[in-house]
Amino acid sequence: MWRWVRQQLGFDPPHQSDTRTIYIANRFPLNGLYTPQKFIDNRIISSKLMIDTPTSPITSGLPLFFVITVTAIKQGYEDWLRHISDNEVNAAPVYVVRSGGLVKTRSRNIRVGDIVRVAKDEVFPADLVLLSSDRLDGSCHITTASLDGETNLKTHVAVPETAVLQTLANLDTLIAVIECQQPEADLYRFMGRMIITQQMEEIVRPLGPESLLLRGARLKNTKEIFGVAVYTGMETKMALNYKSKSQKRSAVEKSMNTFLIIYLIILISEAIISTILKYTWQAEEKWDEPWYNQKTEHQRNSSKILKFISDFLAFLVLYNFIIPISLYVTVEMQKFLGSFFIGWDLDLYHEESDQKAHVNTSDLNEELGQVEYVFTDKTGTLTENEMQFRECSINGVKYQEINGRLVSEGPTPDSSDGNLSYFSSISHLATSSSFRTSPENETELIKEHDLFFKAVSLCHTVQISSVQIDGIGDGPWQSNFASSQLEYYASSPDEKALVEAAARFGIVFIGNSEETMEVKTLGKLERYKLLHILEFDSDRRRMSVIVQAPSGEKLLFVKGAESSILPQCIGGEIEKTRIHVDEFALKGLRTLCIAYRQFTSKEYEEIDRRLFEARTALQQREEKLADVFQFIEKDLILLGATAVEDKLQDKVRETIEALRMAGIKVWVLTGDKHETAVSVSLSCGHFHRTMNILELINQKSDSDCAEKLRQLARRITEDHVIQHGLVVDGTSLSLALREHEKLFMEVCRNCSAVLCCRMAPLQKAKVIRLIKISPEKPITLAVGDGANDVSMIQEAHVGIGIMGKEGRQAARNSDYAIARFKFLSKLLFVHGHFYYIRIATLVQYFFYKNVCFITPQFLYQFYCLFSQQTLYDSVYLTLYNICFTSLPILIYSLLEQHIDPHVLQNKPTLYRDISKNRQLSMKTFLYWTILGFSHAFIFFFGSYFLIGKDTSLLGNGQMFGNWTFGTLVFTVMVITVTVKMALETRFWTWINHLVTWGSILFYFIFSLFYGGILWPFLGSQNMYFVFIELLSSGSAWFAIILMVVTCLFLDIVKKVFDRQLHPTNIEKAQLTEANSSIKCLDSMCCFSEGETACASVGRMLERVIGRCSPTHVSRSWSASDPFYTNDRSILTLSTMDSSTC
Amino acid sequence: MAMNYNAKDEVDGGPPCAPGGTAKNRRPDNTAFKQQRLPAWQPILTAGTVLPTFFIIGLIFIPIGIGIFVTSNNIREIEIDYTGTEPSSPCNKCLSPNVTSCICTINFTLEQSFEGNVFMYYGLSNFYQNHRRYVKSRDDSQLNGDHGALLNPSKECEPYRRSEDKPIAPCGAIANSMFNDTLELYLVGNDSESTPVPLKKKGIAWWTDKNVKFRNPSGDTPLEERFKDTAKPVNWVKPVYMLDPDQDNNGFINEDFIVWMRTAALPTFRKLYRLIERKSDLHPTLPAGRYYLNITYNYPVHSFDGRKRMILSTISWMGGKNPFLGIAYIAIGSISFLLGVVLLVINHKYRNSSNTADITI
Repeated sequence: MWRWVRQQLGFDPPHQSDTRTIYIANRFPLNGLYTPQKFIDNRIISSKLMIDTPTSPITSGLPLFFVITVTAIKQGYEDWLRHISDNEVNAAPVYVVRSGGLVKTRSRNIRVGDIVRVAKDEVFPADLVLLSSDRLDGSCHITTASLDGETNLKTHVAVPETAVLQTLANLDTLIAVIECQQPEADLYRFMGRMIITQQMEEIVRPLGPESLLLRGARLKNTKEIFGVAVYTGMETKMALNYKSKSQKRSAVEKSMNTFLIIYLIILISEAIISTILKYTWQAEEKWDEPWYNQKTEHQRNSSKILKFISDFLAFLVLYNFIIPISLYVTVEMQKFLGSFFIGWDLDLYHEESDQKAHVNTSDLNEELGQVEYVFTDKTGTLTENEMQFRECSINGVKYQEINGRLVSEGPTPDSSDGNLSYFSSISHLATSSSFRTSPENETELIKEHDLFFKAVSLCHTVQISSVQIDGIGDGPWQSNFASSQLEYYASSPDEKALVEAAARFGIVFIGNSEETMEVKTLGKLERYKLLHILEFDSDRRRMSVIVQAPSGEKLLFVKGAESSILPQCIGGEIEKTRIHVDEFALKGLRTLCIAYRQFTSKEYEEIDRRLFEARTALQQREEKLADVFQFIEKDLILLGATAVEDKLQDKVRETIEALRMAGIKVWVLTGDKHETAVSVSLSCGHFHRTMNILELINQKSDSDCAEKLRQLARRITEDHVIQHGLVVDGTSLSLALREHEKLFMEVCRNCSAVLCCRMAPLQKAKVIRLIKISPEKPITLAVGDGANDVSMIQEAHVGIGIMGKEGRQAARNSDYAIARFKFLSKLLFVHGHFYYIRIATLVQYFFYKNVCFITPQFLYQFYCLFSQQTLYDSVYLTLYNICFTSLPILIYSLLEQHIDPHVLQNKPTLYRDISKNRQLSMKTFLYWTILGFSHAFIFFFGSYFLIGKDTSLLGNGQMFGNWTFGTLVFTVMVITVTVKMALETRFWTWINHLVTWGSILFYFIFSLFYGGILWPFLGSQNMYFVFIELLSSGSAWFAIILMVVTCLFLDIVKKVFDRQLHPTNIEKAQLTEANSSIKCLDSMCCFSEGETACASVGRMLERVIGRCSPTHVSRSWSASDPFYTNDRSILTLSTMDSSTC
Repeated sequence: MAMNYNAKDEVDGGPPCAPGGTAKNRRPDNTAFKQQRLPAWQPILTAGTVLPTFFIIGLIFIPIGIGIFVTSNNIREIEIDYTGTEPSSPCNKCLSPNVTSCICTINFTLEQSFEGNVFMYYGLSNFYQNHRRYVKSRDDSQLNGDHGALLNPSKECEPYRRSEDKPIAPCGAIANSMFNDTLELYLVGNDSESTPVPLKKKGIAWWTDKNVKFRNPSGDTPLEERFKDTAKPVNWVKPVYMLDPDQDNNGFINEDFIVWMRTAALPTFRKLYRLIERKSDLHPTLPAGRYYLNITYNYPVHSFDGRKRMILSTISWMGGKNPFLGIAYIAIGSISFLLGVVLLVINHKYRNSSNTADITI
């Protein structure tokens, strides 16, 4: 209200358009010179009601209206679901500081300028500028996992002036103004300033990204914070990173539209031909207006042109059924109903998280069968987003963690019993019984172990959450006693895993306060003074700490990649460790080497001095620092190496392998570091050890990047035998994409695996767009779990959200949401394949049946002076698509399984059979169309010749009329079209039987009923007893049988010859499947030895039933089928069979 | 995402959770339908399954075809064109416009006798009864005896709806153009004495048409009374209530009229005119011999190049003489059989070669 009044008063704020001024807590200066800007409210609106018309309104209006309505209802329903989930977010409770008190309100009510209180583990409801936290320094920790996928804790700090305002009362006194940029999508950029008025004095403080808390991030490790909302609702950075939900169209729909245009052309040309012929015919009056068929005055007098146009339109209306309007309704229904099967699938149900698959957009079911590129996020998608310590090598001895104990691996040369653990060694130290790794210098060995784990628990930047830690100290023998109480947060998940592992082995990192790090070794507290941290950087690929031990000695602990540590080592088991590290890496574990160095106090003084100099240097600080680090991190003594498993999700490797076998290219797009990304790629099978990994990273300039690209392209062409993998990082990628798109794409296409790291959310989307618009126009699929993946999910043709730990953003904005990456294989190979086959057949069949339907009508015009006389009764015209032929195809398109799902899943190569929209290629489309035309010719001319010179067809000599003729054609058509569907069906459930035979039966019953009564409300009784008279004619029955058989004859012959001479992989798989199932299905009709087909009629009859194909066919297939013998499918099949029988 | 890794370990290590214990409420139902595991018959069209079908089709169709063909061939049919456009034709005289009532006679000979019931048809050519304007130019409620429609016929009947300010009954172009030639058949005896062949007027229309679909306006008064205030169709000589002296065959339920009202499918058509019933088992209905046809020539077809024919035909259970169906059955049956043989050969050859050929792939 206040704002409104001020606006009405017309005070225009003197602000630049690219900044916004925010009055904290909406305390506006009282002099009234400023008007608050109008900001949008804190609502997220992802639903947008869009009605799109599937066809242009060329065809007659009513069916079109029907189609639009059905489509709109369906889309509206889906939008409504989206709206509901938005509502959930928008209605989430938040606490806002209003007039000195805490007010509970809904998230959508947050206005820009409101002070919001966020408690621990809550998600920020808007983009906030941090004012204060419960800590004195005004810092807080957040995790932005759902935004960029990084799970580490980030420290954000408040401006010192506001950091002290920790109570509501204090906050109430704050008078300050924030000026900042207008909203933009970049997550890492924020510039602004805060003008604080204190004691009549204005203090200006700059604000950077470190004081901005983004919506979607989560507060961690901090009891509560207060922040000012600066961007709300759709202006938050999270929302700006969503791409607006565009209407996704599947490839099938696109080809459907192409076919539609062809049919439109057919329609129009048929209408034009008819019109022209009509007028040539009518040129003579004896045809135009014979004495028996005079025109009315009105008809005679209307203008020639008008008549011409109206004739043309009349033909259009007559033939318009060739455009299968009902196709759209059926497709919509098929997609909508069919998508339930995904949600119902138990194989896509994840037991642990109680998640089943969700379908958000059913428009894309069949697109799942067309995927050529899979873009996957790494964190949380391929991996569980959990690191697990697995193995280590200490002083040249390899240990494995088994049940929280370290067990040495394999017989070490100098150990009497190979199965000893660190703890047992320590526990038995007193008695000195079993620890015999090297009995002669026990103390030294213990020291090595001790040092190793101390190094692990000291050399890191792990934060610890402030949960109570009293429970520690119950005894050191419980290996994981402390970890249950401690929560570690680390910028690197590896560090976290290592510290946790050390804690399990009894050396517990308890916390770092100020400058000391506390470590509890076997229950004994030790304080280390943290002197320096030499941070990780990707050039050194190591980090180190300098600590002062309780004993006073100053130690350097270094941790890093083996390539950067080992060369610097002068002591320790370097060679053994190197071997171990290689072994770890081969297992796909992430390795780190750990070393230490002891300083004399003199050395330390020099180091301290040089470090200080370097850190305070004003010029070339980085170079100087690098020099100092180099100076410090040398002459190291190697302690050992660790191996951490980034826990991959279940069956990721198999899934990626299967995707590749299916001809799908897999790209990993991650925001993660290069090293991490590569190692995960290796462990998940995305990169192979044998692959030649090409790198395009750290490109700074355009020309360098181009040069590098050319170099890579050359390498690929030179070396085309070996597979290539490409690693690109975000900055290089943006350079590559800016100028050298073509070159880059060329390189990418020739690589069998591509890994993009350090990608911003929008960059991910951009990569996908680039692939999408490349000349082949491949179908892309994006998988991701975090909010940072939303834009790529929306950009790709098919977006899959993993319902992981990082919130629901991805799942909500995806087209399909699944719980695990491995479900992708079932989703694509089984559901995608089925849906594609189903819808492809559905589309083709619809065109076919409408050609069948309308072509006789067209042909009839040649015999009725192009007078637009309909061949069929109007009720038949209307009901043909709605009742008589609609259900079999709908049920087919819901239930068809042309091949067993197990076979599909186990033979990903079958996916290639349907790639590139093969089932809807021009060739197959033409085949169906021609089939439709030939069938139509058979119906029409069959009936025409049957009538011949108009002889009687009845045993009593009476005559049929034009309606009987039309009904005869129609009856043949309904039966043929339905049986044709039956021929296509390979999966005959009772529902199929019901609708197929039911449809034909329904046609007969309906016609008998319709023709049996004089309908009082109908103007003309054309059909009265027509159908019954038709059925009373013996010739008509014989003709119907003849025509149906003839029509299907063509099709069967083609099918059989195709299958016999050029079987597709799917057909082969069908055969093998059928053979194996025959054994248990019906053994009595199976022959033990091969027989020629014409040997016995009885056997033939059994074969007609189809349960048993002759054994000789099966034998030839099984012998020739390359993947029959060496494939798992045999196994699966046999199990499947036993389950079905 | 604070995940306590103890919990994780449990998840990783042991069985996920006690089965069936706590309610997994989102778990999809394990029903055959939802899991797409409905029991199904899965036929495949292979050469093996189709081969026998081909032979069976061949074996069934060929005999059927032969049977139908023979049946059709046994049907006697004679067609006499009496349009009279040829100058030599006896009916040529009737073509001149100023002849009002014209009777012509055409002689013909039956080489073979016609056994059983014989059906007499008239046939018209180039007459488009299936023209849209023509087909819809009728009012079925009027023909059904509806009083309202009798006096106010449907608009579809235009321009044959009203005449002289009275509604036409029956209205429309179909009724207006009703065939009005009269055909009489005479058998010429040995002594040049001709006896008329008895022609039956009833039983030529569909039973349901005659008894249900077509009805005279109800009432006890004579038919003429009931058709009061209506006009006869323009081209008709007599009003509808004077079509036949027999009251059961008069008005709308006149069978000639009903037959005409069933519009033909094609421009060349036949309509049943009269029945010649078999009199006894001993004598053929129409013995071989000379006949003449007496035609009261009224119906003009010359203007649209039409032809008029009189057809005498016997009938089998499957209708009139038409060899098409039989030939088609024989043809399809033979093709099917032939294809079966071809397929068998291919299948046989393929089986032998496949073992070697496919392994190399």
